[in-house]
Order: sequence, then structure tokens, then C-alpha cells
Amino acid sequence: MAEIKAFDLTGHPVRFAAEVKDFDPLLFVDKKESRKMGRFIHFALAASAEAMAHSGLVVDETNQDRVGVHIGSGIGGFDVIEREHSNMLAGGPRKISPFFIPGSIVNLAAGHVSIKYRARGPNEATATACTSSAHSIGDAFRIIQRGDADAMIAGGTEAAITPMGVGGFAAMKALSTRNEDPEHACRPFDKDRDGFVVGEGAGILILEELEFAKARGANILGEVIGYGMSADAFHMTGMAPEGEGCFRAMNAALKVAGISPDQIDYVNAHATSTPLGDALESKAIENVFGERALNQTLLVSSTKSMTGHLLGGAGGLEAGITLMAMLHQIAPPTMNIVELDPECRLNYVPNKPVAAKIDYALSNSFGFGGTNGSLVFKRWTGE
Amino acid sequence: MAAVDEKVKQIIVEQLQVDEAEVTPGASFQEDLGADSLDVVELVMQFEEAFDIQIPDEDAEKIKTVKDAVDYIEKNQKGK
Repeated sequence: MAEIKAFDLTGHPVRFAAEVKDFDPLLFVDKKESRKMGRFIHFALAASAEAMAHSGLVVDETNQDRVGVHIGSGIGGFDVIEREHSNMLAGGPRKISPFFIPGSIVNLAAGHVSIKYRARGPNEATATACTSSAHSIGDAFRIIQRGDADAMIAGGTEAAITPMGVGGFAAMKALSTRNEDPEHACRPFDKDRDGFVVGEGAGILILEELEFAKARGANILGEVIGYGMSADAFHMTGMAPEGEGCFRAMNAALKVAGISPDQIDYVNAHATSTPLGDALESKAIENVFGERALNQTLLVSSTKSMTGHLLGGAGGLEAGITLMAMLHQIAPPTMNIVELDPECRLNYVPNKPVAAKIDYALSNSFGFGGTNGSLVFKRWTGE
Repeated sequence: MAAVDEKVKQIIVEQLQVDEAEVTPGASFQEDLGADSLDVVELVMQFEEAFDIQIPDEDAEKIKTVKDAVDYIEKNQKGK
């Protein structure tokens, strides 16, 4: 997290973010095509390329109709929208690029990824704010479960570090204004937290039906076993009292997983470092996990303290982090905790990772509009 | 006149990311140079910008090859 390099900061009250530095889209897409896409699409193509290479999944004529893509984004191509709007104001409507719409609308990340891999199965995109990619992974899980695809390229992407993006969140007073100390600005659960830090990037997973994965000898990283959704139906941006909507999303995910709350070892919290949100999510976790939360046995961390908040990309990234936590049996920390908020009473794995038995883990995502999503993962033991 | 020819070629090479040698007078944007319909729209916008002209949609539809573009621009350039 550092001072923003992407645009002129004149007049901006928030002057820092967690930018993807030195990103070269031409490593993932050719020059002619790259100009037709917003940065969020570049990120999705980059993360998909890494995920596909890591998984070893090859899409070919024998399976392409059974491989789909589900990639969400909260906003889509803010960069393209701003550029083309400026062009229109300066030169009139005839100056609007023909690539304005396809370069900026949310589902074009999923569209381009499908084109690149010739993945001709289900193709969808969620636009549920900061829950977008958790919903994409959960919905992809359901698509596979109900037999509509054998594999899904799923997750989310976001590139909102633009004048309107950062300026817009700043106008809501949602962002940390710790301009003088960006590295310590994102401090979930700390008593001096003052808002989130905008991040960017994409988090993409390859989800496969278990027998399909086994048959091709896939290197299985973990299992998605539960997915729960809920709405706060309360306020457009504020969380319901006691994180009641989050509580129901977590319980719904545990129910689908068919496990009890006591079996969860680690929770990757949504906690973005906002004063209200972190405390309410903590309360919701207390209400779901009871004594194990309060006696500090349950490990809870917000990795946004290290990555910033990827908005529509957050759930995808954090699903990946949660899988890595199970794979390596290490709970990642919440950084920048100096003194806990008395309202936050859990074991947040403060400031350094800890080795831990993690067989089951849960990842939370909550978004504006009161839209919630929780995913439950199981460690892969080869069975 | 050669200047128009050269500039049109440069714009095509840049926009469509093709090799300069492929940009022959008879080359069709869509048939030979890998453009789709949106690429052609953008290409026409670039010609407008570079030569400070307005190409109405009904004329733009007729610009299909490199020669079509050069001829049109030469005919319609201001002060020519």
C-alpha cells in the first residue's frame, strides 16, 4: 500500500491504495486486443492464465462444452468509462470508441476468458459489489454440482483505482485517510482503524467435479463443500445490527457443507478495516461459533490487511488464500493490529502467521446492497 | 498525395497490429487484415482524427480496403 501512481492526485482526500505495480497486460493478451479491454479484463486474463497453467486443465474438443466461466466484478471497466466519457465531453458522441461498451461491462471478463480457452460451457458474471467473486465461486460450485458443467474457471476481478473509483469511495467516507502512513492504514479489528484501502487485481480458481478432476490426475488443492447467501434487507451500505445477515450466510454455508460450526478451524473474514463492519462481523462470528470463538480456539484473520480490498475480486483472492492456509496448515495473519478494539474479541492471528491444524475453513464476503456470501472449504486428504 | 498513403498505412499498422508489408492498396480490412466490424469503426475514427475530416456513416460503410481509405481521404481533405 502506497501513494497512488495511476492518476493525478490533485484534490483527492485519499492518496494511497494497493495498486498492482508494473503489470504488463501484453504478457497475457496481444496488443491489438488489449486496447479493447478495461484493466479488470486484463487482470482476469492474467489470473486465469496462471490458474489454468497451475491446474493443468486443458480445454479441447472433447470437453469444451463442459467447461464454463463465472467471473464477477463489482464495477467493471471504470478506467474505460472515465476515458470515454472524457472523450465524449471533449469531442461529442462521435468520439466514443466502439470498444467502450465491450471494454467496460462486467461480464466481458468472463467473455474474454471463455474466448481465450474456447470454454463453451456456462458463462456468467456476478455484479454483487464486494461479494461478486464469492458468489461467482459459490454459483460455479452449484453449476458443477447440478451437472451443468464439469469444470468452471471462477472468481472475480476489479480495477477501481481510478479518479472516480477512489474519489467515489472517499466521498462515502468508506476509505482510510491515513495518507501519511499507508502501510499501516489497513488495520482490521484494531481500535484505530478508519476505513478500507482500495486494492485491485483478480482471484481465479479452477473448480472441477471431483471425478472429472481425479480422472485427469489433477493436483487437487482443496474442496468447496458449502455455500451460503443472504441479504441484510436493511440499508444500502451499512451492515445489519449484530451482523445478522452475515450470521445467516455463514449458517447457510455450514448447512450446505453438512458440518457443525465446531469443525471450522479458520475463518478468512471479510473485515475491511471499517469501524462498523469489522465489529459487526466479529459479533456475527461469535454468534455462529459461540464458545470456540470467544475462547480463542477459532482462528480468524483478515488478509485484506496485506492485500487491500479487491472489492469484486476479494472473494476469489481470499478463497485462494484460504485454500493455501489449509494446504500449508498455516493461518495467515491480520497485520497492523496494535491494540484491539474492545468490540472485537476473537483470535485474529495478529501480525504473524501461525501453524495450525486447518481441516475446514470458511471465507466471508459482504457487499454494498447488503449482499452476503460465505464459502466453506475442506482440506484435501486424497479421499 | 504520397503523404496520405503513408499516414494511412501507419494508422492501419498501429491499429490492427499487422505487418507493414501486408498493407497493400487492395488489402481489405476485414478479409485480409484481421479486422472485425468494430475495428473498422475505430479505424475510421482514427482517420478522422489524423486528417481532421468527418466521415459520415454512409461513406464509412464503403471504406473497405486500404485504397478506399486513401482515395476517400485525398478527395475530402480540407484545403485540397
